[in-house]
Amino acid sequence: MTRKRKRLLAVLGLLSGLGIATALVLSAFNDNLVFFHSPSDVAEKQLPAGRLFRLGGLVEAGSVKKDGLNTDFIVTDLRATIPVRYTGILPDLFREGQGVVANGRLDAEGRFVATEVLAKHDENYMPPEVADALKKSGQWHEKSGDHTKLVKPGS
Amino acid sequence: MIPELGHIALILALCLALVQGVLPLVGAARGMPGWIALGPQAALGQAVLVAFAFGCLTYAYVTSDFSVLNVAENSHTLKPMLYKVSGVWGNHEGSLLLWILILVIFGAAVAAFGRNLPATLKARVLGIQGLIGVGFLSFILFTSNPFNRLLPAPLEGNGLNPLLQDPGLAFHPPFLYLGYVGFSVAFSFAVAALIEGRVDPAWARWVRPWTLAAWCFLTIGIALGSWWAYYELGWGGWWFWDPVENASFMPWLAGTALLHSAIVVEKRDTLKSWTVLLAILTFSLSLLGTFLVRSGVINSVHAFATDPTRGVFILLFLVLVVGGSLALYAFRAPALQGVGVFAPLSREGALVLNNLLLAVACAAVLLGTLYPIALDAINGAKVSVGPQYFNAVFIPLTTPLVAAVAIGPLLAWKRGDLAAALRRLLPAAVAMLIALAIGLWLLDGRSFMALLGLGLTAWLGIGALCELALRIKLFAAPASETLSRARGLPRAAWGMTVAHLGVALLVMGITVSEIWQVEVQQVMKPGETVQVGPVEYRFLGVEPYKGPNYTAQRGRFEVLEQGRVVRELRPAQRRYQQPPMETTEAAISPSLLGDLYAVVGEGDAERGWAVRLYWKPLVSWIWLGALIMALGGFLSLSDRRLRVGAPARRRSEAAAAAE
Repeated sequence: MTRKRKRLLAVLGLLSGLGIATALVLSAFNDNLVFFHSPSDVAEKQLPAGRLFRLGGLVEAGSVKKDGLNTDFIVTDLRATIPVRYTGILPDLFREGQGVVANGRLDAEGRFVATEVLAKHDENYMPPEVADALKKSGQWHEKSGDHTKLVKPGS
Repeated sequence: MIPELGHIALILALCLALVQGVLPLVGAARGMPGWIALGPQAALGQAVLVAFAFGCLTYAYVTSDFSVLNVAENSHTLKPMLYKVSGVWGNHEGSLLLWILILVIFGAAVAAFGRNLPATLKARVLGIQGLIGVGFLSFILFTSNPFNRLLPAPLEGNGLNPLLQDPGLAFHPPFLYLGYVGFSVAFSFAVAALIEGRVDPAWARWVRPWTLAAWCFLTIGIALGSWWAYYELGWGGWWFWDPVENASFMPWLAGTALLHSAIVVEKRDTLKSWTVLLAILTFSLSLLGTFLVRSGVINSVHAFATDPTRGVFILLFLVLVVGGSLALYAFRAPALQGVGVFAPLSREGALVLNNLLLAVACAAVLLGTLYPIALDAINGAKVSVGPQYFNAVFIPLTTPLVAAVAIGPLLAWKRGDLAAALRRLLPAAVAMLIALAIGLWLLDGRSFMALLGLGLTAWLGIGALCELALRIKLFAAPASETLSRARGLPRAAWGMTVAHLGVALLVMGITVSEIWQVEVQQVMKPGETVQVGPVEYRFLGVEPYKGPNYTAQRGRFEVLEQGRVVRELRPAQRRYQQPPMETTEAAISPSLLGDLYAVVGEGDAERGWAVRLYWKPLVSWIWLGALIMALGGFLSLSDRRLRVGAPARRRSEAAAAAE
């Protein structure tokens, strides 16, 4: 083999390797994009059962029911609501009336079965997706209690 | 008074940074020795001033001077001393001050230790460092002044987020920043080389120690962060592919590639423009990481800044640095011609493969991290990229990488013999087969990933030892010769072997802890027991408990091994008063064989408590592996060849002339 030919082969090998890597990355990417929906979205878009997505909103006051490890509660954007079930220990800052983001799927009865409820690090923290969802549903009030306090108190 | 002195010191430092960022560069271009000589002095002066300012802020924290806004917002008199000090960088303004402090220390180190650097190169390196300093100092002074006063002063401060009150996290930011900012030196060397239009083996030899040091610190910083997430968040995981984690991981991947490509420049005088590009990209990714984490684009415990002007400032700075350096690169890189010819099967070929895989992995992480932000900015759609994506991409990319790590060091420069290398790796292949057999036996072939991980570990671990054994002629020569060879082996060679062994440990820890982990979640009443992996947990109950600045509900577990109590675990739910917040304190009993990990949730005596119990075999090997990798880096750093007093450029010029 001439040197030129060798080099051509090396370059071809390299390019095909890069091509495979790119294909791999992009297909994995497509399969694993997780969309965020508010309860209104879920009601409007008729999402199919069994598809993974993130649900965000407020935990409706008085809706939390615990039975052993199972917790049932209702997530609302103050326009639509959706029942949620989670099995396991909830994060520290899970409270009624507070913002929450959960990963999971709808089951056949339209209940959202959460596999993960996201912990937030600050009591006054509102997940930005939830703030946006509330703004979209027209229920965002700048003075609605803690919801505006995205920053630590005092600052 | 003292905060004002700190403020003035910062202003003076900015003035000096301007001097350092302009005069030496002009001096080097025009050949004015007086201006060139200003660089080191300005760098040292800047270091003294910023260190003084940092000292002033620390003093305000230690004495709980709540007339300083920053202290009032983030500190509290009841906080233990360690966290008063670490509180200095546990907030936006202070963490930036730490960033700059490290930047100017690195600058001063170049000024002090770079005595045998050519005068113009040194002047340019210091000039670029000065310009970076100008950017960050003006950011602090104009948007995030830590010395702002709060009048009248409150009697008590707001306190530090309890999650951050932790020894692992007290030291996590300094190490991370030592890494991020350390890459600024590689960046400055790259830009200086582009201005000079010259990259040669001597250049690579000067860049490598700085890169290596930064890489070691970053490795430790990431390991500390992951360890913190593991025991403090109480979720049992150690890596979540969270954007904030990715922000530190991307510069690490690029830096690892840079570390290896610089070897090729040094040994073979080729791959130059790629190495320069990597140096630019590595620091750009560090800046991007700072931007992502600090601007509030990503909301997390790290996002202190939610003020949009700050985000815009960092973004502009980022565009300027990345855009400027890449434009310079586009303009100058074609002049950086390599000398050597490339054979794919050679040591340099293996290093190129390493670089390719690391670069693709880095790009994949970048895509997964930035895509949701970009989509949100474009049409407001909210998406997230889950861990599944990163795992799906990362495992196929790192598998050939880890496999090649064992082979690369056995290939010769210029023209390697793959067959011979593989023959020498026979013990590694045997070890791999044994590991696979054990894996098959333990798992009945249920998990392909487990087999892959075990096989790779054995292949890499034994392969690295084979390479070492060949070098010191273990068993092939009398013991005395082996010993003297081992003693004579350069530290860099030891460093490489140790670092590669660290990778093997890391892979082993990840594989075993992921596959053989046992998790039990259930409701338990006092007196009940449950089997978790090889041990039994007995729940004794929950009792109230009071700490220095919190109250807690503390659960008690006895751990039984074959009916005997071997340990007691006390996980807790803490409730802090200032700021009011609850945290979960996992109780962990670590050992080399595996960790016992217990979390107690809500409940009462009547219905029982929700608990989460784990058996996590070999999980500590993950951090141990990372630390051993860093140790390898430090070993290599202590090599005589890399000492900054080492060979001058003249020799390589003579060699070039002779060719």
